[in-house]
Amino acid sequence: MPELNTASMPDLVFAILFFFIITTTLRSETLMVRMKLPTASEVQKLEKKSLVTYINIGAPMDIRLGTGTQMQLNDRFAQVSEIQDYIAQEKASMNEADQPLMTVSIKADENTRMQYITDVKEALRKAYALKISYSSRKGVN
Amino acid sequence: MPKTNRKVPGINASSMADVSFLLLCFFLMVSSMDTDSGLARRLPPPPQTEEQTSVDVQRRNLLVVLVNSQNETLVQNQQATYLYANEAELRGDGGQVSLKDVVKEFVLNTQNNPVLPELTEEDFGAPIGTVPVTAQHVISIQNDATTSYKAYIAVQNEVVRAYNELREEGSRKYFNTSYEDLTEDQQKQINDLFPQRISEAEPKNYGGGK
Repeated sequence: MPELNTASMPDLVFAILFFFIITTTLRSETLMVRMKLPTASEVQKLEKKSLVTYINIGAPMDIRLGTGTQMQLNDRFAQVSEIQDYIAQEKASMNEADQPLMTVSIKADENTRMQYITDVKEALRKAYALKISYSSRKGVN
Repeated sequence: MPKTNRKVPGINASSMADVSFLLLCFFLMVSSMDTDSGLARRLPPPPQTEEQTSVDVQRRNLLVVLVNSQNETLVQNQQATYLYANEAELRGDGGQVSLKDVVKEFVLNTQNNPVLPELTEEDFGAPIGTVPVTAQHVISIQNDATTSYKAYIAVQNEVVRAYNELREEGSRKYFNTSYEDLTEDQQKQINDLFPQRISEAEPKNYGGGK
């Protein structure tokens, strides 16, 4: 029985490996809130990941913490009043030239009440983080 | 000189595949493929002084979109009023004019209707030239405190869809190609022709529970 030549296997695997290294970004934080993003058809991709700051809003994963809407900044729960400090901190860690391009992506559960979103928006306005993106899944709603 | 026939020993590379598979598995696991996407918006800067700085907008230039606590949408301009009970009706499934078409008609005002936004002649450079546009129109999206985020995004999406279609049509008309295929400068021209003028006012708590 002739043996299968597997000499090109490493080359192939390396090709796939490089593809993954290039296209992927490392998971930066663990989600602590449950969210189902709303769907929208006219979504735009966020270009540079390094310019994007995330605000996660939803019910906590840990059901012992209740089902009320919570907000996660970085790796902990936070109040709306803490947004300004958080944005200032994120801005400071950025390149000076990139600061005006900073985008805040609001990832909120679709059943969140608008009151909460509006409070977040107000806080973002005060923090001069004016470029925002309502994160949503692409699809027909 | 005797001809030496030295054999170069080959490196055993059979374990290379194993090593690269291991790396591949690692990257597969730690990476997230989902690129974040969403509806991009620009918030107005915070009011500079204590008294609220409000901009006076002529009534004819204003399209008010209200989303109430029952997630119903009321769309009102000087010409007409539309009420959409749910998302399907927003897209025109309920036999009404869809929100998208209302927005498009409002932004274009092709008939120079006196109850639709006023047209002003503006120069956009070649090949568009000087065309009348409704430079002053404002679409004001307002919501109640208990409106669900889903309904709000649905409305936003329909409005953005209207603008995207307008830009696509403009691109076909002036550049004979799809908006996606335009150069950056040309896209900017089209964006200037149809700027997204969406105002997100602070919510009012009317007709809804707390």
